[in-house]
Amino acid sequence: MSELINLSRRQFLQGGAGLTLGYALPGVAMAALPEAGPGKAGAGLAADLHFEPNAFLRIDADNSVTVLSKHLEMGQGTYTGLATLVAEELDADWKTVRVIGAPADARRYNNLFWGPAQGTGGSTAMANSWEQMRKAGAAARAMLVAAAAELWGVPASALSVSEGVVRHAASRRQASFGQLAEAAARQPVPADVKLKDPAQFRLIGKKAPRRDTPEKTDGSAQFTQDVHLPGMLVAVVAHPPRFGGKVRRFDAAAAKAVPGVVEVVQIPQGVAVLAKDTWTAKTGRDALKIEWDESAAFKLGSEEIFARYRELAKKPGLVARQDGDTDAAFKAAALVVSASYDFPFLAHAAMEPMNCVVRLSATGCEVWNGEQLHTGDQYALAGLLKLKPEQVTIHTLYAGGSFGRRACKDSDYVLEAAHIAKAIDGRAPVKLVWLREDDMRAGYYRPLFHHVMQAALDQQGKLTGWRHRLVGQSILIGSPFEKMLVKNGIDQVSVEGASTLPYAIPNLTVDVHTPMDIAVPVLWWRSVGSSHTAYSTETFLDQVAAAMNKDPVALRLELLAQHPRHAGVLKLAADKAGWGKPLNPGKPGERRGRGVAVHESFSSYVAQVAEVTVAKDGAVRVDRVVCAVDCGIAINPDNVRAQLEGGVGFALSALLHGAITLKDGRVEQENFDTYAPIRINEMPRVDVHILPSAQPPSGIGEPGVPPLAPAVANAVAAATGKWLTRLPFKTDELAA
Amino acid sequence: MIQLKINGKAQHVEVAPDTPLLWALRDTLLLTGTKYGCGRALCGACTVHVDGQPMRSCSVPVSALAGRSVTTIEAVAAQRAGRAVQAAWRKLDVPQCGYCQSGQIMSAVALLAQNHKPSDADIDAAMSGNLCRCATYVRIRAAIHEAARNLALGNPTP
Repeated sequence: MSELINLSRRQFLQGGAGLTLGYALPGVAMAALPEAGPGKAGAGLAADLHFEPNAFLRIDADNSVTVLSKHLEMGQGTYTGLATLVAEELDADWKTVRVIGAPADARRYNNLFWGPAQGTGGSTAMANSWEQMRKAGAAARAMLVAAAAELWGVPASALSVSEGVVRHAASRRQASFGQLAEAAARQPVPADVKLKDPAQFRLIGKKAPRRDTPEKTDGSAQFTQDVHLPGMLVAVVAHPPRFGGKVRRFDAAAAKAVPGVVEVVQIPQGVAVLAKDTWTAKTGRDALKIEWDESAAFKLGSEEIFARYRELAKKPGLVARQDGDTDAAFKAAALVVSASYDFPFLAHAAMEPMNCVVRLSATGCEVWNGEQLHTGDQYALAGLLKLKPEQVTIHTLYAGGSFGRRACKDSDYVLEAAHIAKAIDGRAPVKLVWLREDDMRAGYYRPLFHHVMQAALDQQGKLTGWRHRLVGQSILIGSPFEKMLVKNGIDQVSVEGASTLPYAIPNLTVDVHTPMDIAVPVLWWRSVGSSHTAYSTETFLDQVAAAMNKDPVALRLELLAQHPRHAGVLKLAADKAGWGKPLNPGKPGERRGRGVAVHESFSSYVAQVAEVTVAKDGAVRVDRVVCAVDCGIAINPDNVRAQLEGGVGFALSALLHGAITLKDGRVEQENFDTYAPIRINEMPRVDVHILPSAQPPSGIGEPGVPPLAPAVANAVAAATGKWLTRLPFKTDELAA
Repeated sequence: MIQLKINGKAQHVEVAPDTPLLWALRDTLLLTGTKYGCGRALCGACTVHVDGQPMRSCSVPVSALAGRSVTTIEAVAAQRAGRAVQAAWRKLDVPQCGYCQSGQIMSAVALLAQNHKPSDADIDAAMSGNLCRCATYVRIRAAIHEAARNLALGNPTP
């Protein structure tokens, strides 16, 4: 992953990509702004009173600065982060800055790390936009200054800018951005701009309140679920009970008899019931009588899948990394430590279940969506509807969470909505609503994985060999991303975190089996491969440390001599957590422990120290998590803290409760009673420490997730002497 | 035709009597601040006040609401506690994705209406019906304390 990023970053710098100034046509971006039903986005933007120095921002006569975000805001703070970069170089007044989602347009809005594709993922939003958005702000600033200089007949160098006002000190003249906007629009776009020295930053690295907080506290934020278009119908769909099932026949009479049901249509994904409101559509859907053809459906259960994977793990897989001579190290070993791990399927379970609004017209298709993979969905829709991609307009709304789910490599729910609109010949705009049960059973889970690990210690007790075998489905094989991230049959995101193990171990083998006969759709889930590889590598290393009778922090530091950024966060977290000092004892019968883990993902480094209490019955309570992070320059430190707090909670949900299980091919969970994210009473105190850095920013949405589960597991082991190797925790195994 | 009192106004909705209040609010009255999350009173995203008490609107049929007064997120700022909670949420930048936050705020306001100085344990008890998949819980707790402090001090709320 980091190789790809580095390559792209080089190309970006060499190619001078970034500002798409060639498209700076006033009115062009505006025409594509989301202006219908959902929201206030397009309102009040008069075509003759704005200038668009490039595709990323506009300044209006009312002094408002509107930043167009090429990335989805799904909670991770991207709208605020991107706007901070623009506003910093623009010297804008932060209070006047607002953000809207950019339309789907890969020419202007591509993710610079992804080549010609627009989308949000891999914690790349800030990293790929770091120069681009600052240059956009700097170019606009230069044009505003040039306009003022011309107006006042003074040299541009005599002008200063702060808080959205251009000033000429000598003549005490000043003008606001809004007053200058029209004249600035006529200025040539500067060929090159100088960016600030970081010492001059007044927004980056400081507290810049989130731009989306006000509308997310008064109910006015617009999500896809909230879209109401004139004449719109809501569709609720009956899906097959097993993956690969099809409709054999159905009887719609009872559904059609529900007052308010307008249409019942068969689509490849099942049977859709359309009504003017959601409840009626659901009532109609529940009244359908459907006979499913399950002849080709997937019928294995999770336990059978695990059994197959255990068999596969007995044989070598494709080698993802080979250092030294591992077999020789194990032959010469004085002690071999072994463990195996089971990780279940996991659902993303965003609070807003998947949904999508599609409106067909004679000239194209309009989509409203919490859009995470703009280009992929745009092309998929164009293919289905026999349109050109540019005839597919996508309005990007806030996403009520995603954690990867809205970046579906197969455009599943988006295409489902389009199929329904097509099935009714575009007679009405269609809002596809998945109820929670539909969302949880729709697949595209974090893949189920089995890992086997072995470590070799020599006569002197040195760690000389490491074997790590992984068995699990590939996310990327068969997807549009295959070419980028599958090498020699190895899906890099299956093994990331394992094949990138930073520890200095001379003889090391990582290999992987990728079963192709498991027909459960899988997808990236916040932190992707690291969601399981951090657990196995970091808990296994603690087991090795125990066998070596070494302190877990000391052993890691010893093995991380060549990896200063890992070591840096590890030392900081250990120091802030009081590593080595005794913990306060719990109440009688309680056992307490402290555990550590460190992991790099998406070029950011996070160490966490967890403090836990294990009750007599084995119940695990996480009391405190101390996090240290190195994500390069922290653009918005408060958001970095928020993402680590949230990452801790997200990971803890999976560790304590999270499992999607299959029985005879049927998903056993359907709602939050059986697939339970943690609640507030289970949330630990979280302390976050940010390592100061001058490196370019790297991701923050995902890297807080991976270290949490191993840190907690290591803490539990410290308290109880037991390493749990199957997730989620079966805490009765910890009963005293 | 069913008559409801929503945010102080009499409203007529033409829906089947078994329609949950949630869908009457969202799809009929276009009060979309109240969110659908689970449909089974498991997540709290749909929390509103009925006669001042927090209720999961996904699980209350409109037919049960005759003569009762419903308050949604859109009108919670009419209450002092509502303004205090919203101000604290803004000050601490509580929301991430934001989808559950209307429900969180409605539960928090109901808590503060009956407990002016909640402890962490009181907050956990009152708020554990509201899921947040982004796990903004650390800040929810802190913001409720902040709102309680400002209410106790009589600080003006915007």
